Amino acid sequence: MSGLAIANLSYSYGAKTALEDVSLAVAPGRFCALLGPNGAGKSTLFNLLTRLFVAPRGRIEIAGFDLAGQPRQALAHLGIVFQQTTLDLDLTVRQNLAYFAALHGLSGKLAATRIDTALDRLDMLERAGEKARTLNGGHRRRAEIARALLHAPSVLLLDEPTVGLDAAARQAITAHVHDLAQEGISVLWATHLTDEVRADDQLVVLHRARVLAQGTAAAIAGDLPLADRFLSMTGHEAA
Amino acid sequence: MTPYLTSLRAIVLREALRFVHQRERFIAALVRPLVWLLVFAAGFRAALGISIIPPYQTYITYETYIVPGLCGMILLFNGMQSSLSLVYDREMGSMKLLLTSPLPRWWLLLCKLLGSTAISILQAYAFLAIAAGFGVVAPPWGYLAVLPALTLAGVMLGALGLLLSSFIKQLENFAGVMNFVIFPMFFLSSALYPLWKMAESSELLYTICAVNPFTHAVELIRFALYGEVNLPALGWTLLAAAIFSACAIWGYDPARGQIGRRR
Repeated sequence: MSGLAIANLSYSYGAKTALEDVSLAVAPGRFCALLGPNGAGKSTLFNLLTRLFVAPRGRIEIAGFDLAGQPRQALAHLGIVFQQTTLDLDLTVRQNLAYFAALHGLSGKLAATRIDTALDRLDMLERAGEKARTLNGGHRRRAEIARALLHAPSVLLLDEPTVGLDAAARQAITAHVHDLAQEGISVLWATHLTDEVRADDQLVVLHRARVLAQGTAAAIAGDLPLADRFLSMTGHEAA
Repeated sequence: MTPYLTSLRAIVLREALRFVHQRERFIAALVRPLVWLLVFAAGFRAALGISIIPPYQTYITYETYIVPGLCGMILLFNGMQSSLSLVYDREMGSMKLLLTSPLPRWWLLLCKLLGSTAISILQAYAFLAIAAGFGVVAPPWGYLAVLPALTLAGVMLGALGLLLSSFIKQLENFAGVMNFVIFPMFFLSSALYPLWKMAESSELLYTICAVNPFTHAVELIRFALYGEVNLPALGWTLLAAAIFSACAIWGYDPARGQIGRRR
């Protein structure tokens, strides 16, 4: 299938299990929130999805390409926003994007057009000439999301993209990425903040290396607010 | 342009830009060998007589003797410096950006290697120019002939840096590793003294120097600077470059390597 499909994925660091038999699928056009407390295994999952690690067991498919068997085709369809900022702060936004485009083999006019389109999509076009160092956290994130869209990926991964942002920037970025999903991209959004999840989003709750629940956010929350449901599922007392 | 050349150009350009942004690094990289050339060598020339050995055809001053070794030192330090920036990149995440590109990983690492080598070569030439300004000159054609030697030696030492960076897990461990690599490599080589001098004092040290790939890199540069090819040195440097590169690519392999094993 297209989109993102993960089947029976397990990973451990020595004796410590980080992921245990994780399966999930995100169809094109869906926004899937991967909700889990710190240490649930979200970052490990992202490292496996981006092939920074390779899992001994399980299967990952990106846009129909098996990540283990056809890693280059699979990575070509994957857009990634890492948790830590990966912009080169001494370069301008445009230079940062051009560097990334080149890593995907895009250059010249085509790259320039793609860069303009992607920046425009995130309302960042007027900041293209600014150095990344001068941008605030929210704008840096937007530049990174624009960068992740340059090669027109069909799957977009974001690892806690709103960490360290203020409420307004957080809301704006969450809304932007929901829009991207509506345009047909499969989005996997890792977070531990329930207010970033909309009722009709797909939701996967990850806790202690396992998938606890899967479905629409509304169905999982049931009659409780999602925040309370999440806390009761992961064994925390509501604060 | 093919994706391969596009990425090569971008990675080399980025290394160059980063270097331009760090002017201190350029100056530091030049000051170090110049101190050796102008201070250390001046004090040492009386203590150390250099006889006529190939590729030299006359008696030479000590300054002339150590210039190729100091070129090697620039390449060595630069290789380690780019290794340091790789470890830093990995902690900062921009290495992830590189490694998640759909191009093959060996190619991306090779581009990185060529980028840092290009910068090393620029520095070595800047040093040679300053040394010439102080009267330490080589034959004119030697300055052209030395380019392939500098390239190969730079790739070899850069590959060593790359290899180390794949095994160093944290930035903090770096200083220790450097002391274990840079200083023994530099002092146990023919950079500062001809190996026959070493053989006079200790057969064991001589043997270590003779297998040190840095010795061969320095000899390769020394002969090239006088328009000659030192075939054994060329062979050993090529072999070392191939082994270090292969091990580095292995070290960065996501299934087996160390890159992910940080936590």
